Amino acid sequence: MDDSVIDKAVYAELQETAGAEFVAELVDTFFEEASGLLAELRSARAEDHADRFRRAAHSLKTNSNTFGAMRLGALARELELKGLDPDRARDTVAIAALEVEYTRVAGALKDLCNG
Amino acid sequence: MGEAGARLLIVDDNKVNRLLLSRNLQMQGHSAALAENGRVALEMLRRETFDLLLLDIEMPEMDGFAVLERLKADPQLRDLPVIVTSSVEGLDNIVRCIGLGAEDYLPKPVNAVLLKARIDASLEKKRLRDQQKELVRRFATSEVAQDLQQSGFALGGKRVHASVMFSDIRGFTALVESQSPEETIELLNTYYTLMFDAINGHGGVVNQMIGDGLMALFGAPLPLKDCAGSAVAAAVEMIELIEQFNVERSRAQKSSIRIGIGIATGDVVAGYTGTQQRATYTCIGDTVNLAARLEEHTKIAGRGILIDEDTQRALRDRRRTEALGAVPFKGKSAAIEVFGLAAGQPAG
Repeated sequence: MDDSVIDKAVYAELQETAGAEFVAELVDTFFEEASGLLAELRSARAEDHADRFRRAAHSLKTNSNTFGAMRLGALARELELKGLDPDRARDTVAIAALEVEYTRVAGALKDLCNG
Repeated sequence: MGEAGARLLIVDDNKVNRLLLSRNLQMQGHSAALAENGRVALEMLRRETFDLLLLDIEMPEMDGFAVLERLKADPQLRDLPVIVTSSVEGLDNIVRCIGLGAEDYLPKPVNAVLLKARIDASLEKKRLRDQQKELVRRFATSEVAQDLQQSGFALGGKRVHASVMFSDIRGFTALVESQSPEETIELLNTYYTLMFDAINGHGGVVNQMIGDGLMALFGAPLPLKDCAGSAVAAAVEMIELIEQFNVERSRAQKSSIRIGIGIATGDVVAGYTGTQQRATYTCIGDTVNLAARLEEHTKIAGRGILIDEDTQRALRDRRRTEALGAVPFKGKSAAIEVFGLAAGQPAG
């Protein structure tokens, strides 16, 4: 599997300290939360709500880094630090890129849990 | 794993973080409660007792900075150790947390080994602080300890309206000679337990114990609404407790004990006297001297409880008192009106 999607060392350490079974459950919670956070990002952007936008990006960043999804974490961090862009279109593109990366992460994490 | 598991509160709006931190703590042998924002956390902290707080910064409704500010301003909660766990960006934010009283800062994702080390260190520091507070409590009183915690320590007194009580055991010297020292210590411990119970139960504070005698304050260091009424109620209960204690003693073929109590009400100067190194919370003034004289006079008057005129007046006929006339006391230019309390046992 592509190591750039999930940092295996981070994921292995998580399994080691919290237990593989627990991590599998935590991955499910991450999936449940992530779809809500992505929706929140989109609606905060649409409603020009800077606080909600920053918080959603912040939570996505933290959760991504927890599982070793470093690229997803970095994309979310960019949005958190930059905040709402004066040019809406740039945020729309950035959120789309985030969603593409999230799909990769979700696939990789599912494989890791099952493998 | 720590000796006995501690109870921690995890405050984080992110469910993944809450579950993961809670799992980490559980694996360390601790138990954790969860709150999803600062407002919920403060409600829980005021309701329940926790040993440590793991606090996120970025949260809706009330963020971590606001929680730290509230904790700092709350005398009940300001000693609670807080470890901030956050992936908030910027060194200035971390500095702000420490400035607001956070004990430590851990970046997210939290490393489990580091988390354990920080928690263990924090709990150990808390244990030492609690031990220190417990020592202050044991050797002062909870009121003085609270006063010290709130206003800090400063020599000097302030004038307050209070009732002062003196009490001691009649014929104590003879009693000591007739029994072993071990028996005397045991008797004193039981006696003090009973007297503390009655005095504290009515809002009073024992501030001195000398042999078999004690001095108690009602209305200092914390003000009391009806200091005279409280002092007299405590005195009546003390006599009743001693009577019950005597029933037990006579069953064990031991002699009865009798106590005498004097109460005076008025202005006193209360505060810390001594040196910067060693001081005691005490109270001085005419009222204190008068209470001591009244206690001594119980032997002559053959009464269990004697009170002064100000105490009697403050009772406003709530209790039956008997005027015993004016008594010339040592150190007093004019004779003092003395009243006996009907409930008081005759002094032996």
